[in-house]
Amino acid sequence: MHFQKVIRDLTVLSNIRLNDRHFVLDLMAPDPLPTMLPGQFAQILVEHSPHTFLRRPFSIHNVDYHQNTIRFLIQIKGDGTRNLSAIKERETLNVIFPLGNSFSLPVTGKVLLVGGGCGVAPLLFLARFLNQNHIHPDILVGFRTKKEVSEIESYSKYGNVQVITDDGTEGEKGLVTDHPVFQKERLDYRKIYCCGPEAMMKAVAGLARFHGIDCEVSLENTMACGFGVCLCCITPTDKGNERVCVEGPVFNTNRLNWFGS
Amino acid sequence: MTDLSIDIAGLRFKNPVTTASGTFGYGEEFLDFMDVGQLGGIFVKAVTGKNRDGNPYPRMAETPSGMLNSVGLQNKGVTHFCREIYPRIKNFRTHLIVNVSGSTVEEYVEVAARINELEAIPAIELNISCPNVKLGGMAFGTVPAMATEVTAAVRKVYGKVLMVKLSPNVTSITDLAKAVVDGGADAITLINTLLGMAIDVNRRRPVLSTITGGLSGPAIKPVALRMVWQVHKAVHVPLIGLGGIMNATDAIEFLLAGASAVQVGTANFIDPTVTLKIINGIDDYLQKNNLKSVSELVGALNTD
Repeated sequence: MHFQKVIRDLTVLSNIRLNDRHFVLDLMAPDPLPTMLPGQFAQILVEHSPHTFLRRPFSIHNVDYHQNTIRFLIQIKGDGTRNLSAIKERETLNVIFPLGNSFSLPVTGKVLLVGGGCGVAPLLFLARFLNQNHIHPDILVGFRTKKEVSEIESYSKYGNVQVITDDGTEGEKGLVTDHPVFQKERLDYRKIYCCGPEAMMKAVAGLARFHGIDCEVSLENTMACGFGVCLCCITPTDKGNERVCVEGPVFNTNRLNWFGS
Repeated sequence: MTDLSIDIAGLRFKNPVTTASGTFGYGEEFLDFMDVGQLGGIFVKAVTGKNRDGNPYPRMAETPSGMLNSVGLQNKGVTHFCREIYPRIKNFRTHLIVNVSGSTVEEYVEVAARINELEAIPAIELNISCPNVKLGGMAFGTVPAMATEVTAAVRKVYGKVLMVKLSPNVTSITDLAKAVVDGGADAITLINTLLGMAIDVNRRRPVLSTITGGLSGPAIKPVALRMVWQVHKAVHVPLIGLGGIMNATDAIEFLLAGASAVQVGTANFIDPTVTLKIINGIDDYLQKNNLKSVSELVGALNTD
């Protein structure tokens, strides 16, 4: 399926700081938004400084086609995201979107969404999309600490949310794979969708494989263009080196070489 | 109305703005954003004799006013290009020029001979300057005798316009330029990326899997301009200049330094429509300066 990619100057409707490291941007388009699916991402141009030369890729956190708004959950990691965190209402950002592929729909049945830190970003859009397709997912979200736990009420609209923190200050204590959800003898999910740090995704993919469950992850390799021409963001798959920005960012973990051959 | 068309070795380009190999795919990826038929030409992604997987991830590091890459000529080989890609792109209404790469003289010759058969490809660009492959590539572009040898060998099997893309990673760019002209080059493209590296101090490791990579973007523009100017004075074949061109002013600088045309590379990653803006910007410049033709700018640098 081909998604028409567009370049637009989007107006900042709001920039809400969630905690020390995270903020949510709502951007409004002047004209109707193109069709987007959960898992897809956008390339945002950060005001040029010598150190923020390239665009920054971000997962689409949510979309509102009635208001023509698109939402991003962003973690401050370097100069680019720090500059972006200071943007004010009514300023504009140049954005290329929607890019990449999307999570696939399961035929029917129980599904689990697992997000870690800022990796929860595409899962809100996914949870809503699953809901629209009559699936009520279990959602497990992991954060470092209570101060970073956010937007739980948003996820709760679409599924059963469970929280785990590294330090146990909210919900269960430990990594997402330590959560009781994964401690059952037999997991009865039809599919697990996962996004977060690579070590976390590999651990979740390993558990999914052990239980014979289909698992999709969203990768965030560094990239220059975001639309398939620079060939910088590749990941080895069963079809050779594939582009995370076009053939991904979502991959079924059976296609990645995470478990050796 | 100004005349933006230019001539390179008998090949007429509708304007001097083309896209650099490895930054524009096969053109198809840009169809959502622009009409590629408005371009002077597209230098398509490097083609080698056989499939190449390229280098491992990570292949990219953002650097001040530029980026390093170590893609390593990932492509599916010349047969795949001829059978699968060529039929899809051959009707683009612009000059399609194939970047020909290899590890041996024989491989360059084989690929060039295959591309010679493709009717809609009026020229090739011999890539003797890729810094990211272990064998061949830049090795041919840093030793004048080898540059002459590979150019002459390809010249024997390639009947259309033969361009050679030079590496800046040399002591004397003019020696290399003369060497490829001696080998039979019709035109010279310069410059490819500058060899560089980036270090992650937290991990105390190189950022790129290959340790070193090719630097592109505005960071290299002054070096590229200097080399275009030097080569323009040293040889009498047309030049295609590139290196950090982000806007029309940058492009005009290259034309003044002696380039008959320019390639836009890294800027395509940031603004996929930047080439159209550059074409319009050159047209505006000509009008404002009462110039009829863009060819009046080529080598018009006043150094008195």
